[in-house]
Amino acid sequence: MKEMKVKRNKKRSAEDWLVDGLSYGLVLILMISICLPFMQVITISMSPASVVNANGFHLIPTEFDFSGYVEIASDENFWHSYLVTIARTIVGTAAGVIVTMLTAYPLARTNLPYRKGLMMFVVFTMYFSGGMIPKYLLIKQLGLTNNFLVYILPCLITGFALIITRNFFMGLPPALEESAKIDGASNLTVLFKIYLPLSTPVVATIALWYCVQHWNSWMDNMLYVTKNSLYVLQYVLQTILSNGQTADMEAVSEVIVHTETMKMAALILALLPIVCTYPFLQKYFVKGMIVGSVKG
Amino acid sequence: MARIRTKKVAPQTIGNSKKRGFFQNMRLYKEYYIMLIPGLLFFLIFCYGPMYGLVIAFQEYYPLKGISGSKWVGFQHFADLFSNPFFLSVLKNTIIISLYKLLICFPAPIILCLALNEIKSMKFKKVAQSISYLPHFVSWVVVSGIIIEFLSPSRGPINILLQNLGLEPIFFVADSRYFRGVLVLSDLWKTIGWGSIVYLAAVTAVDPALYEAAEMDGAGRIQKIIHVTLPALLPIITVMLIMQSGKILNDSFEQVYNFLTPTTYSVGDVISTFVYRMGIQKMQYSFTTAVDLFKNIISFALVMLTNYVARKTNDYALW
Repeated sequence: MKEMKVKRNKKRSAEDWLVDGLSYGLVLILMISICLPFMQVITISMSPASVVNANGFHLIPTEFDFSGYVEIASDENFWHSYLVTIARTIVGTAAGVIVTMLTAYPLARTNLPYRKGLMMFVVFTMYFSGGMIPKYLLIKQLGLTNNFLVYILPCLITGFALIITRNFFMGLPPALEESAKIDGASNLTVLFKIYLPLSTPVVATIALWYCVQHWNSWMDNMLYVTKNSLYVLQYVLQTILSNGQTADMEAVSEVIVHTETMKMAALILALLPIVCTYPFLQKYFVKGMIVGSVKG
Repeated sequence: MARIRTKKVAPQTIGNSKKRGFFQNMRLYKEYYIMLIPGLLFFLIFCYGPMYGLVIAFQEYYPLKGISGSKWVGFQHFADLFSNPFFLSVLKNTIIISLYKLLICFPAPIILCLALNEIKSMKFKKVAQSISYLPHFVSWVVVSGIIIEFLSPSRGPINILLQNLGLEPIFFVADSRYFRGVLVLSDLWKTIGWGSIVYLAAVTAVDPALYEAAEMDGAGRIQKIIHVTLPALLPIITVMLIMQSGKILNDSFEQVYNFLTPTTYSVGDVISTFVYRMGIQKMQYSFTTAVDLFKNIISFALVMLTNYVARKTNDYALW
């Protein structure tokens, strides 16, 4: 502590000024350039049309008008897609976490026969894929198009999450499993009653991964779903942003033209859940990133 | 602990699995294999299923006839690839955009990490990190919406500045001269903060004694960066660089699709968007599968090669 004080009191050299100036300057510029676009979108979403169309910067709201939000809130397509997305996020995350844990548990046993081959089977999929067209044709043949399950099954788990969970399980002492088995516990009991409470950090990490992945997903909608009632939020948002009108396959009679404020309000509403859960997301994602960067 | 159940013998007590036959192994570890079923079925159907579907690259595939009924054409589609002017331009765009990204988006997180590491105020550092990670969690649909709005010719701050200087506003997103720049900078905007985590983790692992020793020897702050921090980062930088260059053919469909308009096809159309348009929309299933297969094989070979090199130069590798 004393040493620190001495250093503080020491006169700052030219080098200190240079290094501090450069690093603070760089980080400040980055922070501003990340914030500015967000500020513009927020401002436009809550400004009246007269202000939006006027010349000048739109970074801080001067007049407030929430009609953009009111209008987008009355757009049934938008709200319906919001509900579909919430449903797929909950179901997809729950299913993903359960299957990941079920698969990781046997693969964490070092003496499981054919374990190495099974791991290769999983890891290979992380480096080679069939590509867009064969997957599209497969899903069509399986009859999953225009089915809610197309949002869950084809992206059920990821190899990366599986490997991280397996590595975590491998770090748990084997005696836990052995003693529980002697007391007559089945593997499922061991997994959900003993392993699960001990592995909350890794389970939270993969759960949030799956959550964000489901919330942000739109390609499966674009490729496999044409039914209006199954559209997900990001896809509806994309059509709103690019066409200026929600895609309405069935009733073209009343086409809603979206103003700039409405578009930005929709964008903010799609962003809101991510921002609200951001503190958790950040904490666990960073952890997972660091765990994942350690040799898998 | 009076009674110990002996019904289930813990499998780990039983000798070498290699000495037993397949069925005996299956019986002994039955419960474990049953637990594996859902996960393995997922990989089998949704990852290996499409790989089987790749055979249509060697066929003239008609959906009604299926894989078994379609005519085999051998390497016809691959020969067509290289005489197809669109494919060559798409391949060129993909490589050029990847190279730009490698040049700009690769070093940026390292520089950010060095800058963050020099910041002494923990509060400021934490706020800066929180802000810079945020775009990572946002989908490309939202990011492209935000960026397109920010670069709008009538409302975007950059264009308003240009107008105030008496210059013509530029429609960056629709202008083929600026389109690749938009792709690279939006990628930078989304990934710079997140990309720095891996380097920051490596920096925190540096032994503080090294900095003290350097100070004893009279090193200033710049010298400490050059002689302590950078050498500590070098192994991870090498590995990341090698791995990144293995991904040179992997374009980001989610990004490019959200920015691309017909006016920018000439500079921004990449392999995945081309496959989507020709395959899904124009139903040229066999030809586009051949395009994808060509890309995947080269990518796979590159990743294997770069991973091998990474392992040779360093202990760190993908597995």
